[in-house]
Amino acid sequence: MAPAPSAVRLAVREAIHALSSSEDGGRVLRTLGSLKRYLGAAGGPALPAEREEFAAVHFSVLLRRLAASLSLGWLAPELERLCDSFFLEGPAGQAFLVLVESIEGAAGFHLMKMAQLLSRFLSESRMVALMEEQCRQCVKPGFPPLQEALLSKVVALPDHLGNRLQRENLAEFFPQNYFPLLGEEIVQALQVVVDSLRGGSDCSVSFVSQLLGKVCVHGRQKELLSVLVPRLTVLTQGSCLWQRVCWRLLERVPDRAMEAVLVGLVEAAPGPEVLSRLLGNLVVKSKKAQFVMTRKLLLLQYRCTTAMLQSLLGYLAMDSQRRPFLVQVLKELLETWGSSSAIRHTPLPQQCYVSKSILICLAYLGEPELQDSRDELLASMMAGLKCRLDSSLPPVRRLGMIVAEVVSSRIHSEGPPLRFQYEEDDLSHEMLALAMPQPVRDSSLGTSPSLAPVVAETSAETVDSSVNRAQPEGPDSELDSDDEFVPYDMSGDTELKCSKAPAYVRDCVEALSTSEDMEHWEASLRALEGLIYRNPAATREVSVELAKVLLHLEERTCVVGFEVLRQRALVAVTVTDPAGVAEYLTSQFYALNYSLRQRMDILDVLTLAAQELSWPGRLGRAPQLSSSGLSTQSSPALAASQPGSAATPDWRVVVEERIRSKTRRFSKGSPRRLAGGPNRFSSVAGYFFFPLIQHFDRPLVTFDLLGDDQLVLGRLTHTLGALMYLAVNSTVAVPMGKALLEFVWALRFHGDAYVRQGLLSAVSSVLLSVPAEQLLGDLPDELLEARAWLADVAEKDPDEDCRMLAVKALLLLERLKDKLLPASCP
Amino acid sequence: MTTEQKSTASGTPGGDCTLPDMAATIPPPPPDPQFVLRGTQSAVHALHFGGGAQAEGRPLLFSGSQSGLVHIWSLQTRRAIAILDGHGGQCVTWLQTLPQGHQLLSQGRDLKLCLWDLAEGRNTVMDSVRLESVGFCKSAILAGGQPRWTLAVPGKDSDEVQILEMPSKTSVCTLKPEADAKPGMPMCLELWQANSSPRPLLLVGYEDGSVALWDVSERKVCSRIACHEEPVMGLDFDSQKARGVSGSAGKALAVWSLDGQQALQVCRTHELTNPGISDVTIRPDRKILATAGWDHRVRVFHWRTMKPLAVLAFHNATVHCVAFAADGLLATGSGDQRISVWSLYPHT
Repeated sequence: MAPAPSAVRLAVREAIHALSSSEDGGRVLRTLGSLKRYLGAAGGPALPAEREEFAAVHFSVLLRRLAASLSLGWLAPELERLCDSFFLEGPAGQAFLVLVESIEGAAGFHLMKMAQLLSRFLSESRMVALMEEQCRQCVKPGFPPLQEALLSKVVALPDHLGNRLQRENLAEFFPQNYFPLLGEEIVQALQVVVDSLRGGSDCSVSFVSQLLGKVCVHGRQKELLSVLVPRLTVLTQGSCLWQRVCWRLLERVPDRAMEAVLVGLVEAAPGPEVLSRLLGNLVVKSKKAQFVMTRKLLLLQYRCTTAMLQSLLGYLAMDSQRRPFLVQVLKELLETWGSSSAIRHTPLPQQCYVSKSILICLAYLGEPELQDSRDELLASMMAGLKCRLDSSLPPVRRLGMIVAEVVSSRIHSEGPPLRFQYEEDDLSHEMLALAMPQPVRDSSLGTSPSLAPVVAETSAETVDSSVNRAQPEGPDSELDSDDEFVPYDMSGDTELKCSKAPAYVRDCVEALSTSEDMEHWEASLRALEGLIYRNPAATREVSVELAKVLLHLEERTCVVGFEVLRQRALVAVTVTDPAGVAEYLTSQFYALNYSLRQRMDILDVLTLAAQELSWPGRLGRAPQLSSSGLSTQSSPALAASQPGSAATPDWRVVVEERIRSKTRRFSKGSPRRLAGGPNRFSSVAGYFFFPLIQHFDRPLVTFDLLGDDQLVLGRLTHTLGALMYLAVNSTVAVPMGKALLEFVWALRFHGDAYVRQGLLSAVSSVLLSVPAEQLLGDLPDELLEARAWLADVAEKDPDEDCRMLAVKALLLLERLKDKLLPASCP
Repeated sequence: MTTEQKSTASGTPGGDCTLPDMAATIPPPPPDPQFVLRGTQSAVHALHFGGGAQAEGRPLLFSGSQSGLVHIWSLQTRRAIAILDGHGGQCVTWLQTLPQGHQLLSQGRDLKLCLWDLAEGRNTVMDSVRLESVGFCKSAILAGGQPRWTLAVPGKDSDEVQILEMPSKTSVCTLKPEADAKPGMPMCLELWQANSSPRPLLLVGYEDGSVALWDVSERKVCSRIACHEEPVMGLDFDSQKARGVSGSAGKALAVWSLDGQQALQVCRTHELTNPGISDVTIRPDRKILATAGWDHRVRVFHWRTMKPLAVLAFHNATVHCVAFAADGLLATGSGDQRISVWSLYPHT
C-alpha cells in the first residue's frame, strides 16, 4: 500500500500541472512561488524533512519541466526570474545535470537561453556548491552513477558546449577560461572542506580528487594546475590542516589518473620544496604513484625538462621515508645507463636524460648512503663506461666520460678520480653543473631559495671574468692610434729549417726510411707532396715502395701536422699511380700486423685519392679529413657542402663570393662551369673497391671486422659508399652497386649505429651512381629488399641520424621511380 | 627591365658594404715587392739610396756586392747605370753618399775606403783611406753642409774605433775602451750629433752584445749597456726620440733609449722567430723600421710601438742589408743576388 502523498508531492504536482496546462501566468507564478520555500535555507517556513524530500525526489523533475517551458519563450520576466532562481539556488548537482541535459536537446533561442543560464551558473560559483554537495554527500554513500555522470559532464563541459554552440560559443566555455575557473572553484571547495573539518564535521575530498584526475587525464593539467598549484602552495604554507587536505586530495586520485596528475604537478611545481609540501609521502602510500615517480618518468620516458627532473628527484630526497627510493632510483638508473643493450637501442636524447638524472641523484645523495651500495653502483658504472667508450658515436662516448668522472669522484672519493679528455661544450657544462652537491633541505623548513638565483649568480660571475679577461687587451690597442699601419698576414713566419729539403722523390724515400737526421727527415716529409706532383714519372717508379714507407711511418719527433703531411703524401702517391698503390693499400687493409689506426688511414687515403681522381683540384682547398672527426668521413658531397669545415679561405675568395652572390647580372647565360676533365677514377675504381669489399667477413687473429673492430667496419662502410658515389658515370658502377647492395644486405641488422649510418649512405650512393635503367634491369630484387629495409629503419631505428638517412634514401628511390614513370606510360 | 635595374642598384651597395668588415677581420696577405733588381751576379752586401744628378726627382740606389763591384741603379729605368770596380774583387761592405752630392764612399774587405767622384758622369776614385781592421765593422760618417766632415772607422787594434777628419784624413782620436771592459771588436758604428750641442757622439755595438755611447770630443764612454747575448750586428738611432734599436746574432731585437744624463737604458726587447739580424734601419720619417734577417726574411715593425707589421719572405738566402729612401721606398739586398724594392705604408 502506497503511503499517502505528502504535502510536497502535492505542491510539486500542482506546479507541474500549472506549467503544462495553464495559460494563466499568475497561477503559474503563484504555484512556483509556493515551491520556492522548499529551496530556502534552514529555518525557513518549510520543515527540514520536506526540504530534503523536495531536493531528493522532486527537484530534478521540476527543473526538467521548467527547462522545457523555458523553451517556449512566452514567460513573463518575473516568472523567468523565478525559474532561473530554481536553477541557481537549488541543489547544484541536479541543476547542473538538467542544464547540460537540456542544452543537449535544445536548439535556437532555447539553446542560447540555457547556455546563458549555465554561464550564470558558472559565474555565480555554483560549481563550488556542486563540489561541496558531493563532498558532504560522500560521508553517507552517494549514488555512484550520478557522481560519474556529474564528473564526466563537468570535465567535458567545454567540449559539449563547443559542439552544441559551434560559432556562438560563449567565452566562459572556452577551455582556456573554463579550467582556470574550475581550478579557482576547486580551491574554494577545498576551503569549505577545511572549514567544515575545523568545525568538526566530516567531509570527503574524493569527488574533487576524481575531478582533478579526470581533468588531468583529459590533458588539461596545464590550465588547471597553473591556477591550482600556486594557490595551494600559498595555502599549505602555514596550515597543517590544509597540507593534510591536500595530501588526501592527491591520495584519493584514482590510479588510472595518477600519472597525469603527477606529471602535471611536477611540471607546475616551482621546486622540490613545493612538490614535497603538496604531495607529502604519496610515493610511500600509493603504489601507482611510486611506480610513476620512481620508474615511469625516469626510465620509461624522457620528456621531463631538467628543472622537472630536479623537482622530482629533489622531492624524493627531502624526506627520510622517501630517501630509500632515491637510492633505489640511482641504482636502477645506473643499471640502465650501464646496460649495453640500452646503449645500443635507446635514442641519444634518452641516454642524455638518464645521464642527467644520475647526476641529479648524485647531487642529492650524501656520502653514507652512497657508501652502502658502493660496490653495486661501481660495478654498473664500470660496465657502462666500458660499453660507452667502445661506442663509435662521439656523443655516447662523451656522456660516458662525463658521468663516469662524476660518479667515480662521488663513490670512490678516496682513490684517484677518473679523468678523461673531452671537448667541453654547453652540454658538458650543464651536466657538470647538475652534479654540484645540493644541500638537502628538510621539507619542514618551508620555502627556501630556489636554484634560480644560484644559476644567475654563476652566470654573472662568468660574465664578469670574461670582461676582466678582455680588459688587458684594451689599452694596448687603444694606444695605437696609427690606423694606417694595418699589419699584414704574418702566419707564414715560422721557424726556418736549416736542413735542405731533398730534390728527388727517391731521396725522400731514402730519407724517410733510413735517415737518422731528424731535420732532414722532417724536411723530406714536408717536401714530399710537392715532389710527387711535380715528378709523376719518377714517382711511378717507386710508388708502391713509397706507399709502404709512408704507411709504416711513425712520428719520430714532434712534427707539427705530421698526420696531415703523411696523409697528403699518401694521397699524392695514390693519385699518381692509382692502380698499383690502391692494389697495395687494399691488400694491406686485410693483412696481419696493422693497427686499427693504420687500417683507418688506408681507408681515408683511398677515399681522398678517389675524390681527387674523380674531381681534380678539389682536394687543394677541401678540408683535410683528419683523425678527429668521424662524421666528416661521410659522403664527400656532404663533406664538401658543410659550411665552416673548409680551412680558412683566402679572403679574396670570400669577398668575390659575396660580391657574386649580391650582384645580379643581366645577361647571365648559363653559370660558368668549372673546366671539365676526364674522370680518372672511373678506370681504376675497381682496384679501389673490390678488394676492400671482398674479405670483410673473414676474421684474422688481430682484426675482426664483424666482432670488436666495429669502428673500422663503420669507416669501411662509409668509404665504400664514398667510392661508389665517386664512381658515378663509369661502367664499373653497376657491378659495384650490386656488390655494395649485397654487402649492405649482409650487415643490415648490425647493432652499431655508426655502421648502420654507413650502410644507409652507401645505399644512397648506389641510388645516385648507378643509372636508373640499370638499377631496375639488373638489381630489381635487391632494390625491393633495400626498400623494405629502409622503410623499416626510417620508422623504427633508435638512432635519429639513421632514420634521417633512411628517409633520404627513400626519397631518392621515389625520385628514381618518378624518373622512370613518364618514360613507361606516356 | 626597370625593376631588374632597380634591384641591381640596390643589390650592389649591399655587397660593397661588407667589404670593410672583411678587411678588418682578415689580415691582408703579405705584400709583394714593387720590383726586383737582378744582375749583381753575386751576393749583395751593401745598399744605399742617394740623391743623384741623373735621376730627376727619384733617387739612385747604390749596391755593393760580394765580388767587389758597386752598382748604381736608376729607379726610373730599373737598370744599372754604372758599375764601379775599386775593391779588387773583395766584398763591398758599406756605401754612403756625402750630402754635397756626387761623392760616394765605399768600404771594402780589401781594407780600403774609397771616395768616388760621380759628378758629370765621372766614375773615378778621388781618394782612398787605408783601413787597418780586418773585421766586418761598417764605418760611419757625420757630415753637415760643411766641406769638412767626420769619419769613424774601425781602428788598428781589434777593439778600437778611429775618428778621422775628412777630407784631410787627419786622425782626430782613437776611442779605446778601458782595459778591464773587454767588449770585443766593434761591430757597427753610428755617428750623430744632438740638436742641442755640436759635440759628436758615437754609438758602437760591440762583439759581446753591448752598445756603448762615446763622447768623441772627450774620448770617453758615457754609457754602456748589455742588450744582447750575441754580437751586435746592426743598430740604428732615432736622435729626435732619443731611442735606438739594435739587432744581434741572437733571437732578440733590443730597443733602448737615451736619457738626459746621456745614460742608455733598455726599453724593451722583441723576440724574433728565427735568430740573426744582419742589419736594422729606421725609415727617415721614423714611422717604421726594417730588419734584415738571416732567416731570409725582412721584418717590418712600427717604430713607436714595435708592433710587428709585416714579414717579407721574398728572398731565399740571407738578407744582408736593408735601406730606406727619403721617400719611404725600402730596398733589401740578399745572398740570392737579388735586390728587392718595396713600397710599404707610403707617406700620406
